[in-house]
Amino acid sequence: MAGRGRGRGRGQMTFNLEDVGIGRGDSLPPTTFKPSPLFPAMSVQPVPLQTGEEVEYMLALKQELRAATKNLPFYIRRAANKRDVDRYSDKYQSGEPKDSTIEWSPDWSRLPKELCIKVRKPQGKKPIPQVKRLKKPLVGKEEILMKLETLEKKEEAVNSEEEEDDEKKKTNQEEEQAEEEDYEEDFEEDTDYIMSYFDNGEEFGGDSDENMDEATY
Amino acid sequence: MRGNRRSLRHLSQNSTNSDVGPPTHQRVRSAGSPSCIIQTLWAKKPIKKMTAQEVRLCGLLLQEHFGEVVERIGTHLLRGGAQNLRTIANETNTPLDLVKKSLCVLVQHGVCDFGSGRRGPGSPVEYRGNCERVLRILRYPRYIYTAKTLYGDTGELIVEEVLQRGHMTMSNTVKTVADRLTHNMEEGRSMEYSEVVSSFSKLVETHFLQRCPPVAETATAAPSATPATHRTPASVTPPTAESNPDCYKLPPVTLTGRGKRRRSSDDGEEPGGVKKAKMDSESCGDEGIYWQVNFERFHQHFRDQAIISAVASKLDQTSSEIVRTMLRMSEVTTTPTAAYTQPLSANEIFRSLPPNYSISRPILDQYLSLLVDDPMEFVGKSGDSGGGMYVVNLHRALANLARATLESVVQERFGSRSARIFRLLLRKRHLEQKQVEDFAMIPAKEAKDMLYTLLSENLVQLQEIPKTPDHAPSRTFYLYTVNQLPTARLLLQHCYKTVANLIERRLFETKENKRLLEKSQRIEAILASLQASGAEPEQLTEVEEMITAPERQQLEALRHHINKLDSTENQVDETIFLLESYIISTKSK
Repeated sequence: MAGRGRGRGRGQMTFNLEDVGIGRGDSLPPTTFKPSPLFPAMSVQPVPLQTGEEVEYMLALKQELRAATKNLPFYIRRAANKRDVDRYSDKYQSGEPKDSTIEWSPDWSRLPKELCIKVRKPQGKKPIPQVKRLKKPLVGKEEILMKLETLEKKEEAVNSEEEEDDEKKKTNQEEEQAEEEDYEEDFEEDTDYIMSYFDNGEEFGGDSDENMDEATY
Repeated sequence: MRGNRRSLRHLSQNSTNSDVGPPTHQRVRSAGSPSCIIQTLWAKKPIKKMTAQEVRLCGLLLQEHFGEVVERIGTHLLRGGAQNLRTIANETNTPLDLVKKSLCVLVQHGVCDFGSGRRGPGSPVEYRGNCERVLRILRYPRYIYTAKTLYGDTGELIVEEVLQRGHMTMSNTVKTVADRLTHNMEEGRSMEYSEVVSSFSKLVETHFLQRCPPVAETATAAPSATPATHRTPASVTPPTAESNPDCYKLPPVTLTGRGKRRRSSDDGEEPGGVKKAKMDSESCGDEGIYWQVNFERFHQHFRDQAIISAVASKLDQTSSEIVRTMLRMSEVTTTPTAAYTQPLSANEIFRSLPPNYSISRPILDQYLSLLVDDPMEFVGKSGDSGGGMYVVNLHRALANLARATLESVVQERFGSRSARIFRLLLRKRHLEQKQVEDFAMIPAKEAKDMLYTLLSENLVQLQEIPKTPDHAPSRTFYLYTVNQLPTARLLLQHCYKTVANLIERRLFETKENKRLLEKSQRIEAILASLQASGAEPEQLTEVEEMITAPERQQLEALRHHINKLDSTENQVDETIFLLESYIISTKSK
């Protein structure tokens, strides 16, 4: 007696079907076996957009604002990942700031003390160190590196200026980095090579390293 | 992950630091100074619960305007409530200095708020995100355009600069705007600072710009700088902009000068170069006084505009002018959350009508009585003195506008007959199925179908009324009903989802055609540089031909799509504004 009527016509339910509105003999829509499609076909088309001078002006404003915010100092990009070896082109393709300075100077009196970071001056002048970060392990690292430096000096007969600059860049804080960068930039500007046409050359000829057995024609 | 287990409601359960001190409430009792109480109460302030759609939309907006890093930090703050610096850095796996930079940006733009932690003034500073402020970014074009219609190009640029920078000092704003205006003017002419200052002061007088609220003492880097008058021990909440009595007072500085035109020959070679350096280094006397855009005032203006246009479309132009006059007269006397404007007598209205609308006194009275009798109830009569005292029913007008929006949505999505059923249920509150069919004059089968569609979309609800205590289905009334407020909230969430989808689609389209866009940008740059250096037309055409015709078509189609998507975002934002205003107006009752 249980389950009587199952499979024949509709099953029994706890409430009266007629009250809800499904009368006798009405066919229900077929049951669905999968979720509804991601972009269901629309039975009615949406109303067309408003047009007019006002609308177009606001559209232009919106697009300009979007483009402008990309150039403001508030747009923060993640520093590019350091690749395994320092490439020569890194000097010419700087772009994102790799250090932790901030490009605009907020009013520090309106911000909590812990958010204080150094402000980078736009023309590469010496940035005003607002907070001296006391990093003890770095001091130790500095000492070790200075020792290595002196050892290297003893070994090598001739020291080019550039080597020293590179090492100092790694060991010192950003205070001197800007100066050295300036110095280096002046140094490199006299090259004969046009910087914008610099091609890394890495992507070229990558496949030809394999299949060395085949003769090349 | 920790973040998932956190519940927004019970802030005290979040112990993020391992060095847990005594519970907060004990500390409050033992602490004596009022500022300490303010700080702990800040942390206990209930945060508005965020829906998933809101968080998603906020994330997309932050990403577009401030980049991915800020987006990550921002969404983490919005989802997780008040947190301190270390927690944020650990849970988002971001290096500490990037977190600091992002927080600086967020605080600058008013998205993030900070105060001392839950455990009293000794605990680390906690930061909290403000979702509403992020959603305002969607409305920036509308604010700027409104400023343009009210105060011309100068006003437009002022508002644009302040919006883009979060908050600025007056001197900074004036200089930047003057420079920008000078740049667009012809050679030899430049913009006087005094003109910009007068536009600025007009914006401040009409409360479109306001001073930034003073920052709470104990958390900032310069505690000695804030004067004692800013401390308000009596107030329980953190200082808002309005609590500052000097909120709309201009700083007593006089700025003289003209805008500088930036020449294409680079900086350092400008004739006024030395002077420029001197101007930057000298302080203009209004340090520390920052101005921000007063969104509430703009919203008031939009609301008034919506009411006036509704009256114009329902009645006629003259009635809308009368309502406009009434609203203008009550701008300063009405608080933003008031349900009615202050009563105005018909005599006053008559005197304040604009001169080009010279209607006679009896006609004005007739119009006013028409407005009062209108079923939309925009205007109400509150007394008979002075020729009749009239008020504009602000909250009722907002409710009517929201109702019209809901009805229009149902009509466009489901057809006019479903809309008829919807309107019927709104008016008659509860109806049985049979009654719906009869009143709407729709055959039973179709009415049933439409009702079920509306029910499945949650626009219509079923209410059970049992006849017997055992709730037997055969002896229960099932009534269909529509509640305006929950339906408005539902639709608002749909709108947020819509805008988020639009933004994502736009990003997708841009990404798909990234190669083509970059190519066209490069070619434009080459063309521009060639033209600047005076090249021959053959060279120019040669460069232009680097983009093939099908590529041009593709670019054109892409631009068309992106324009459409952007324009749609603006339009959906208008609906969002209406629904939000309605929901806020019901809360303040």
